[in-house]
Amino acid sequence: MDTVFYLVQNTLPVAVPLLLVALGGMFSERSGIVNIALEGIMLFGALCGSLTAYMLQDTALNPQVILLIAMLVAAIGGIMFSALLSFATVNMNADQTITGISLNMFVPPAVLLLAKSMFGSDGVTTSVKFYIQKVPVLGDIPIIGRFFFQQTYITVYIAAILLVVAYIFFYKTKLGLRLRACGEHPQAADSVGINVYHMRYLGVGISGFLGGIGGFFYAVGIMSGNCNGHTGVAGFGFLALAVMIFGQWKPLKILGAALFFAFLRTLAYSVPLIPFLNNLHIDNTYYKMLPYIATMIVLALTSKNSRAPKAEGIPYDKGAR
Amino acid sequence: MNKSPSKLKFTKTKGFNSFLASLMAIVLGLLVGLVVMLIADPTRAFGGFATVLTGGFRKFGDVFYFATPLIMTGLSVGFAYKMGLFNIGAAGQYTMGMFFAMYVGFMVPVSGPMHWVLAILAGMLGGMLWGAIPGFFKAYFNVNEVITSIMFNYIGMYLVDMWVSNSSIMYVSDMARTNYLPQSVLLPSLGFANSNLNISFIFAIVAALLIWTVLEKTTFGYELKATGFNKNASIYAGMNGKRNIMVSLIISGGLAGLGGAFFLLAPSSIAGSSITYEPINILAAAGFNGIAVALLGVSNPIGIIFSAIFISWLQRGGTLANISGFRPEIIDLVIAVIIYFSAFAIAMKEGFMRLISKKKKKNELTSKEVK
Repeated sequence: MDTVFYLVQNTLPVAVPLLLVALGGMFSERSGIVNIALEGIMLFGALCGSLTAYMLQDTALNPQVILLIAMLVAAIGGIMFSALLSFATVNMNADQTITGISLNMFVPPAVLLLAKSMFGSDGVTTSVKFYIQKVPVLGDIPIIGRFFFQQTYITVYIAAILLVVAYIFFYKTKLGLRLRACGEHPQAADSVGINVYHMRYLGVGISGFLGGIGGFFYAVGIMSGNCNGHTGVAGFGFLALAVMIFGQWKPLKILGAALFFAFLRTLAYSVPLIPFLNNLHIDNTYYKMLPYIATMIVLALTSKNSRAPKAEGIPYDKGAR
Repeated sequence: MNKSPSKLKFTKTKGFNSFLASLMAIVLGLLVGLVVMLIADPTRAFGGFATVLTGGFRKFGDVFYFATPLIMTGLSVGFAYKMGLFNIGAAGQYTMGMFFAMYVGFMVPVSGPMHWVLAILAGMLGGMLWGAIPGFFKAYFNVNEVITSIMFNYIGMYLVDMWVSNSSIMYVSDMARTNYLPQSVLLPSLGFANSNLNISFIFAIVAALLIWTVLEKTTFGYELKATGFNKNASIYAGMNGKRNIMVSLIISGGLAGLGGAFFLLAPSSIAGSSITYEPINILAAAGFNGIAVALLGVSNPIGIIFSAIFISWLQRGGTLANISGFRPEIIDLVIAVIIYFSAFAIAMKEGFMRLISKKKKKNELTSKEVK
């Protein structure tokens, strides 16, 4: 039973960045822009967030307050960085994949250069204790308390709130409907007076917001508040894209997919603690490959009847027939 | 328009426009680099920048040695791009090529030049294998090749790092790197002093010419390009879309694998040593720089040769700028900015061309009316 508690407690902080970033990708793609740049946006958000945390760590602020402030900075950073993608793809009709790749390639050297000039190291190291041993009151509930309110991060609850907000915005508001229309048939949306360019800026902007937060939450939940230019976010931006595809571009399915991948990854990194798996004596590397292999299998099974937004990846041309 | 090239001025040809677009991207990229250097250290920025630009002269042989794998990964990305496929998996294919070549180097006892020939072929095979997987998933399961190749970059890297560090013959655990390769598997040097430049540079040029011939002069190349333009039309015309996807990604992977082999099997300028591999779970940068090379060369094999030499030139300059206090990563930043702007430039070029042809049509119409 302790192993089960351990796995759940460790899966959630890993699922959080995957969920948020995949939701971000969903907003961008449903507005018609393929966002390969999520990996770069994440690392940029992680950089902004951990820099903020670094500057605030010696103040008397509560660690959770520092986390919230850093999260906001990471979100703003993500939005600003994603604007580079929208500018190139919406205004300049540039190839969305290539632009995304270039943005991904831009961030790691930028982090390294900055960290070198500021700290003489490869990244930003913070000493804020974001970890929560036990949430007051709620942590004392039997079983549920141990699953969700002990040895965790506040990021889990913020992600839950963001998921609900994203769901309502996406399905229950006029703006959400308009955004989705632009990813399916932008010409039709335009004909009823929706500004496709604005909607695509909005979609990519939201993906920058969620991607930046997701990146910082990766730094909090997996790198204990640090950000490194060499390891970056270890392909989580790309995994999030796979999560999004597996989740068929829908918020609740994305939640399921994110939990699935996060569970596999947690399992891979906790093999020594699980007697059954440890006794199999399989090289640890195979477990590390597990999330990527699972992605491939899942994609192979789901891509045949993929429900990708119809207009994604195509620059909007008002005059197209 | 194409039937009467004699009437066209050179400055209005498609090739020249692509060249201008790439040049613009390069200038903008370098400007960003200069700005970053100015912010980092205003007093030494111009000196450092000059080192980046002129450093290639001091490392002339190495510019071409490091350009060799870039030509190969550039060809890999460019070839797939002609087919409408985006092979971001060159990094994994490159690593696999390196490993296969290394395996033959250490484990297959052959003497004489046959050894390096075999190792190169093995490297190509490794790359082809790792290119075939995304091809298979794309052709038969309709999985986006971008996602597949990213996943297989990671899987390949983990696999190779595991295989290397589990082998006591290949791996020296005290040094956290591979052993020196036997001399018989190293490629013949071209005799440049203080440089690893070797015969593989010539092989890379030959490969580029070969790819150009395949694309421009054969039915197979035409089919690939046709599929890239319009998949449905090419299927209607009787071309085998699935097979073409597989074949072009296998060729693309083979090119990247060769790049890995060429890099690893180089003779070192220090006698008795060789290039080594460090299994430290980092994706091969040469694969991603191949994207920059292919874009700058507008996926044209001949253009790719020059853009690879250019990128390699910048990188050598970057390592020299390290001495004057600037991190060589600045070059990676510049490369990223160059890709960003060249993605624009392609679109801008197309808009520009459309404008020209529209004007021409207008002129033709008005001249007809006058008659």
